[in-house]
Amino acid sequence: MTIREIDERMIAIDEAMKSDHSEEESQALIKEYAELTTACENLSAHDKVFLARHRKRPKIDDYINALFDDFFIQRGDFLSKEDKSIFGGIARFHGIPVTVLGHRKGHNITESMEVNFGMPEPEGYRKALRMMKQAEKFGRPIITFIDTPGAYPGLEAEQHGQSNAIAANLAEMSALKTPIISIVTGEGSSGGALAIGVANRVYMLENAVYSVLSPEGFASILWKDSNRAAEACDLMKLTAQDLLRFGVIDGIIPEPAGGAHHDPDAVFKAIERMIIKEFNGFKRTSPADFARDRYEKFRNIDEKVRKEK
Amino acid sequence: MDHKEKVMNIFKKKKARAGKQEDAVSSVKPEISDRRAGETAGTDEAPAYSLDSVLEAPEESKSKGPDPKAQEIFTCTGCNSQHLIRDMRKVLFVCPECGKHHKISARRRMRYLVDPGTFRKLRVPVPMVNPLDYPEYEDKIKSLQDKTGMEEGVLAGVGELEGRKAVIVVMGSEFLMGSMGIAVGEKVTRAFEIAEKAKLPIIIFTASGGARMQEGILSLMQMAKTAAAVKRFSESGGLYIAVLTHPTTGGVSASFATLADITLAEPGALIGFAGPRVIEQTIGQKLPEGFQTAEYLETHGFVDEIVKRPDIRGELAKLLLLHDKKRRPTL
Repeated sequence: MTIREIDERMIAIDEAMKSDHSEEESQALIKEYAELTTACENLSAHDKVFLARHRKRPKIDDYINALFDDFFIQRGDFLSKEDKSIFGGIARFHGIPVTVLGHRKGHNITESMEVNFGMPEPEGYRKALRMMKQAEKFGRPIITFIDTPGAYPGLEAEQHGQSNAIAANLAEMSALKTPIISIVTGEGSSGGALAIGVANRVYMLENAVYSVLSPEGFASILWKDSNRAAEACDLMKLTAQDLLRFGVIDGIIPEPAGGAHHDPDAVFKAIERMIIKEFNGFKRTSPADFARDRYEKFRNIDEKVRKEK
Repeated sequence: MDHKEKVMNIFKKKKARAGKQEDAVSSVKPEISDRRAGETAGTDEAPAYSLDSVLEAPEESKSKGPDPKAQEIFTCTGCNSQHLIRDMRKVLFVCPECGKHHKISARRRMRYLVDPGTFRKLRVPVPMVNPLDYPEYEDKIKSLQDKTGMEEGVLAGVGELEGRKAVIVVMGSEFLMGSMGIAVGEKVTRAFEIAEKAKLPIIIFTASGGARMQEGILSLMQMAKTAAAVKRFSESGGLYIAVLTHPTTGGVSASFATLADITLAEPGALIGFAGPRVIEQTIGQKLPEGFQTAEYLETHGFVDEIVKRPDIRGELAKLLLLHDKKRRPTL
């Protein structure tokens, strides 16, 4: 069975379990679900890309609703445009004011089109930077949720300085005097992901992927053939497990069997626990030290890989 | 002294000061071409930091043996005109007919740029790593090292421009399209760190297709690493000049290349984030003529000045002079 078939069957059972069944029927469904769960134990990188991009996977607004209170949306880069592919604002996490933002992919095709499938343009990065600078000013920790196929490859995006906007975010984030936590929840592709990912702590969900470029783009550049994406997935080492081994990320947040969309609440709880743990650890760190620690982290981000050599 | 006298005195002083400034301005111009060996631009005093520990000895200029290549024919891809390689070298590979700026190797560019005998390479040992276990990657790097005479996609060191010392970094598109993996990212970062410690300005010639796919996520992380290095260098008050050459795209254009204090570009250079082919596929239409060229960027406000290759050296020397800390007014 392919991951697609397994997933479809699991979603069908998720739905069926919501209505009443005879004892016998229930037992059969539970038994089948358990078998499907076992089949999900050894997913390939390509399977994970499928799950990371799943339409039913929790999205930024789900995370904000579940984890934060008193959310106030911030819009616009205050230069020229509101880029809806970046979504965020000010909220409270367990009473603590924070700045929270991330890529917005949308739950259905209409929504996705409205937010450009989570592919930011320069204005989106500039909005994110505006929000993060404000967070620094008011001493708010920053939490970012990464889930994007990459920066939008469009004419206007280039015209308006896509490169400069991403570069500015990387440079400025490295020096912000407030703690930053990033969580790759779905797919994190290219500079479009990293532009809100220069954080003190970087986590990934168990089935999330994070890479230099989408597998399609990777295959297109190296082999001039985007149809070889599946092959690229296996070569790219883009899973959470790979990145933890490289020392590029700090931890993995577990997902229910078959992916986050089968039990979003469990994922929200796991993220909540992680943030509480990290906030407790941050208590004795000064604002300047957050900037220094983050600089050191990215200065030495390849150290583990280099030492293994 | 009554009030009127006081005012007159202040007025006189002001006038005297203005006169001095005028003198200073008029004396600046000839000094651009003055050779003042040993003087370090952009510093208050001689750097306490010892550069010797991080620099290799200057390369001996090789004795010129017979050079069969000099007699070969070079065909300009811009206008199809034909020239001897020997003559193209004299004009820095800018076509004398149509003005097209052809690619030149990092080593050749460095030779054109610095005062003869002043360049010393940074001693930055970076182990060759293959994080993705990409097939035949090590072999590819080795063969490129032999072919180009470079250890990796970037040549970095300290040299002098008309007597003014600077850290100079030149990327080489001849080495895997100048793509940025761990080695390139590390060298660029070290160059900024050394420039900061030695209180020297830094000049970078970019030429890159972007992040190096073969090193996967570690290449992406070099963007954050180098951008952070620029930020730190900038906060220390250092001068960073970028010269964008053909091509500067992807992960390099979206990190250190676009974070300079002064941004120059060579005529006709392709500069952008996403490649034109990808954009055409996305928007489903042909891109306008001249899209993503240096001239296009200048029009849209992302380049200070487009400078022809033969003029770059002089322009850089002028910029170093303009940022000479010794010449800062004490107000």
